[in-house]
Amino acid sequence: MPFNILVAVSLLYVVVLFGVAFVAEQRARGGLAGWLRSPLVYTLSLSIYCTAWTFYGAVGYAARSGLEFLTIYLGPTLVFVGWWWVLRKLVRIGRAQRVTSIADLISSRYGKSNFLGVVVTLMAVLAATPYIALQLQSVTLSFAVFASDTPEGWALPDQGATALWLAAGLTLFTILFGTRNLDANERHHGIVMAIAVEAVVKLVALLAVGIFVVWGVAGGVSDILARIDASPIADWNLKPGRWAGLTFVSAAAILTLPRMFQVMVVENADERHVATASWAFPLYLMLMSLFVVPIAVVGLDIMPAGSNPDLFVLTIPLSAGAGKLALLAFLGGFSSATSMVIVAAIALATMVSNHIVTPLWLALRVGSARAPGDVRGIVLMSRRLSIGAVLALGYTYYHLSGGSAALAAIGLISFVGAAQVLPAMLGGIYWRGATHVGAAIGLITGFAIWLYCLFLPSFGSGGLISAGVMAEGPFGIGWLRPQALFGITGLDPLLHALFWSMLLNTSTFLIGSLASFPGPMERLQGVAFVNIFDQSSGPGGWTRSAAEAEDLLSMSQRILGAEEAQRFFQAQAAAQGKLGFLPDPTPDFVARLERQLAGSVGAATAHAMIAQLSGGATVSVQDLIAVAGEAQQIKEYSAQLEAKSDELARTARALREANDKLTELSVQKDAFLSQISHELRTPMTSIRAFSEILMEADLPDEMRTKYAGIIHDETRRLTRLLDDLLDLSVLENRRVQLNIGVANLHDLLSKAVTAASNTRPDRAFVVQRDAASEHMPVFTDTDRLLQVFINIVSNARKYCDAERAVLRVEVKKRGRNVEIDFIDNGSGIPKKSQALIFEKFARLTDTSHAGGAGLGLAICREIMANLGGSIDYLPGQGGAAFRVRLPLKRAS
Amino acid sequence: MRGKHIVLIEDEPNIAEAISFILSREGVRVTHSASGAGALALLQTAHPDVLVLDLMLPDRSGLEILAELRAVPALAALPVLMLTARGQHRDREAAERAGASAFLAKPFANADLLAAVRGLARGGA
Repeated sequence: MPFNILVAVSLLYVVVLFGVAFVAEQRARGGLAGWLRSPLVYTLSLSIYCTAWTFYGAVGYAARSGLEFLTIYLGPTLVFVGWWWVLRKLVRIGRAQRVTSIADLISSRYGKSNFLGVVVTLMAVLAATPYIALQLQSVTLSFAVFASDTPEGWALPDQGATALWLAAGLTLFTILFGTRNLDANERHHGIVMAIAVEAVVKLVALLAVGIFVVWGVAGGVSDILARIDASPIADWNLKPGRWAGLTFVSAAAILTLPRMFQVMVVENADERHVATASWAFPLYLMLMSLFVVPIAVVGLDIMPAGSNPDLFVLTIPLSAGAGKLALLAFLGGFSSATSMVIVAAIALATMVSNHIVTPLWLALRVGSARAPGDVRGIVLMSRRLSIGAVLALGYTYYHLSGGSAALAAIGLISFVGAAQVLPAMLGGIYWRGATHVGAAIGLITGFAIWLYCLFLPSFGSGGLISAGVMAEGPFGIGWLRPQALFGITGLDPLLHALFWSMLLNTSTFLIGSLASFPGPMERLQGVAFVNIFDQSSGPGGWTRSAAEAEDLLSMSQRILGAEEAQRFFQAQAAAQGKLGFLPDPTPDFVARLERQLAGSVGAATAHAMIAQLSGGATVSVQDLIAVAGEAQQIKEYSAQLEAKSDELARTARALREANDKLTELSVQKDAFLSQISHELRTPMTSIRAFSEILMEADLPDEMRTKYAGIIHDETRRLTRLLDDLLDLSVLENRRVQLNIGVANLHDLLSKAVTAASNTRPDRAFVVQRDAASEHMPVFTDTDRLLQVFINIVSNARKYCDAERAVLRVEVKKRGRNVEIDFIDNGSGIPKKSQALIFEKFARLTDTSHAGGAGLGLAICREIMANLGGSIDYLPGQGGAAFRVRLPLKRAS
Repeated sequence: MRGKHIVLIEDEPNIAEAISFILSREGVRVTHSASGAGALALLQTAHPDVLVLDLMLPDRSGLEILAELRAVPALAALPVLMLTARGQHRDREAAERAGASAFLAKPFANADLLAAVRGLARGGA
C-alpha cells in the first residue's frame, strides 16, 4: 500500500474525527447535548486508557511475558468495580470543587497551594513524556510495517522524520480540537465525542483482527486452544511480586494519570455515569484483551523468528494478504495513539497554563491593566504553547531513548511516575490530617526516586546516567545505586523503583502531615474533601433548591427577628422583580440567605437548617457536631454577656446605693449642722439678751438674781450639749475607751432611779421594781450602762403624760442575755415617730421641759452597741416602753 | 412705741421672757404664746401692731403660720418680724418669700430687736 494512500487515509480519518467533534460541539452549545452526555459516551471516552500500548503492545507483552499483560487491565477493573469507594468520591469532589485537573485537585485540597500545583504539573508532564513517546513510536512503527510490506517497495523516508511529522501533526490537531475556546469547567464535548468514536474504531479493529486470526488464519477456537497449549505462553510462570506490583501500579495510574482524570472527573457530565461505567468499562477492557493471547500465539507461530511481536496486529493480516483489515488495524492503532495524545496534551496543557504560565504572567504584569480579553488570549496562547511543548518533550524522549525499547516497558515507566500522586490524592480525600507540607514532601520524595531509579535509567546505561553510577552508585556509594537502593539487589528495576518510591513517598507524606499543622484554608478544604458526602451540594452552592420561600421566611424570622427577616426577604424579592415578601428560592437567593443566617447562628447551623428545608439533604453527624459546637459557643457567649450584664447591674445598684447613701449622709450632715446651730444659738440668745439687760438697766435685786440664774442655766445647757456631742462622736466612731467592771444590776438600777429624780423633781413618780429578779452581776462598763438607765428613767419622768406616772422595771434572763424593760403608763410614742426616737435631735416635744438637746437616746443606742447589746422601743405596751438587752458574759 | 400691741410667738421660755422684758420696758404691750397652735385665732382677736414670730416651733413651722395669716385678708398687711436660731441665708430667703416683713437671727442685740420692732410698728418696712 503506497505511503501516500496511508497518509491520505490517516488525514481523512482525522478530518472525519474533526467533523464529529465539531458537530458535537455545536449541538452541545445549542443545548442539544442529549445523547452526547450518555453513560455510553462516558464509558467509551474512558477507553483512552487503552492507548497504542494496549492496541499493539499487549500482544507483544503477551508474546514476551505471557498472561502478565492482564495486570494492566486488572488494576483499572478493580478500581471501577470498587467505584463506590474511590471513584464516586473523586468525581463528586471534582464536580463540587470545580476541579480542572489532577494538579488542581491536589492544589485545591491542600489549601489552594499553587506550589503543589506546580509540583504535580511538572511531575505529570515528565511522567507523560515517555508515554507520548510511546504513541509516536507505535504509530511510526506501524507506518514502517506498511512500508516494508509493500511490493512496490517504497521506503519510509526516515523513522525519526516520520515521528517528527507525526508529532507536529498531532500538535496541530490537538490545538485545533482542544483550544478553540475556553470553558470554565474545562469540558470538551467535541473531543469526548471524537475519542468515543475512536474507542469504537479501535475495539472494532482489534476484534476484527482477532476474529480473522482465530477463524481465518487458525482453524477456530479449538485449534487456537491447542496452539496456546503448545506455545511458550502456556509455560509461563506466575510471578506473584510482579503481578501484585503491576496490578497496583495500573490501578493507581487510572486514578492519577492526567488524561484519565480529565475524562473520568473533569469531563464527567453526570455522577450516575460512573455507575454505568463501573461494569461497562471493565467489559470494554475484557473485549480489548479477548484476542490478545490468540493473536500473540498465532503470531509467534506463523511469523518469522525475530519479527517484532508488538506489531503482530498489523503484520499477521498483512502477511495473510488482508490489506483492508490491516488498514483497519492501522486506523485502530492510530486512533489509540491520537486519542491518548490529544487528551493527555490537553490535560497537561491545562495544568501547565493554569499553574505555571498564567500565575507567572499575572505576577509579571502586576500593576498593568488586566482586561478580561487579555487574559483569555494569554491563556489560549499558553495552552497552545504548552501542547506544543508537551509533544516536543515526547518527541525528544523518543529520539533520546532510540525508539527501540518495548512498548510496555515505556508505558510502565509513566505509570509509576503518575502513581506518585496517589498518596497525596487518597490521603487528601480520606484523611483530614493530611497537610500540604506532607503532600509536598511525599510527592517530591517519590518523584525524585522515580526520576533517579526509573526515568533516567530508561535512556539506557550510559545515557543520562553514566554506566559507572549505574554500577557503582554516585561517588562510589554502593547503597545509592539507582537500581539497588539501600543495597537491595536482585529486584526487577520496575518493582524496585515502585517499591521504594511508593514506600518513601507514603511514609514521608504521613510523617510530614503528622508533624505539621494545616492552615485555615487547608483545614476548610480538607473537611470539604473528606466529608464531601456529608454536604448536600458541596460548599457554597445550592444547585437544587426545593425550599419553599414561606418555610425559609418563617425560619429566618425565628433567627433574625421578624422585622429584619422581612426586610431581607422583601429586598431579595424586589431584586427579583417581585412584590411582597416571598422571592423565588433560587440557588442564588438561598446561598445569600444562608450567609445572612450564618452571621447569626454560625455557618454550619445555617447550612444544616437550610439543608433541611431545601429537601433531599440529610443532616450529617458532622453537621450536627458543628451545630452543637456553634450552639455551645453562642450559649457560652450569651452566658458571658449575661454574667457581664448582671455584674454591671450589680455595680450600678451598688453605685446607686452608695450615691443614695452619700446624698442621705449629706442631707443628714446639713440637717445635723442646722440642728446644732439651732441648739447652740437658742441658749446663746437668752444669754446675750439677759446679759445686755443686766448691763444696761437698773434692776431690782430679785430680777437681777433671776436673770443671772437664767444665764447660768443656759451656759450649763450649752456645756451639756457640747459634752453630748463629743460623747456621741466618740461612741459613733467606736473609739470609746470601755472601762469594764462588774456590778450588781439591782444597784445600778437603784442609782439610776435616784439620779433621775433630779429631773422634774416636782413630779409624783412611782417606779415599780422586782428586786429579786434584779440581783445579778453584770460584766460591762458600768458607768456607761448607768448612763443609759438614767437617760431612760429621766425621759419617763419628763415625758410620761399620765396623771399618776408609774414606771415599771422588769428584768429577765433570755438565753445569754439579760433584758431590762422600762414601761411607763403614759400614752407612749406615736407609731410614726417610733423609728425616729433614736436619731440625733429627734426631740418630739418642745424643749421647755426637755432640758436636753435631743441626743439622749442616740447616745444610749451608741453606748449599747459599744457594750455588745442593744436598746429598742417596745411597741404595743400601752405606754412608752424601752428594752435594754445586754450580754450576761462579757464579749471577749 | 408706747401703747403699741405686739404678739410674740416663741417656744423658748427664757427667750420669750427676755423679749417681753425688752419691749415692755418701752411701753409696748406684749401678748406671748409658746406654741403655734391657735396662733391665727389669737392674732384675729388681738389685732396686734406687730407680730414677732419664731421660725422653729415644736409643733409647727413659723413659716406655715406666716403663710396662713397672709391668706387672711385682715392679717395680710400685718408686719411680721421673723426670728430664727439657724441663721442661714436659706432661712432668711424662705422667710422673705413667705411674707416676713423683717428678719432677725438669734442671738441678736437688744437694740437691733427694738429698732426692728419700732420700724415695723411705725408702718415702715
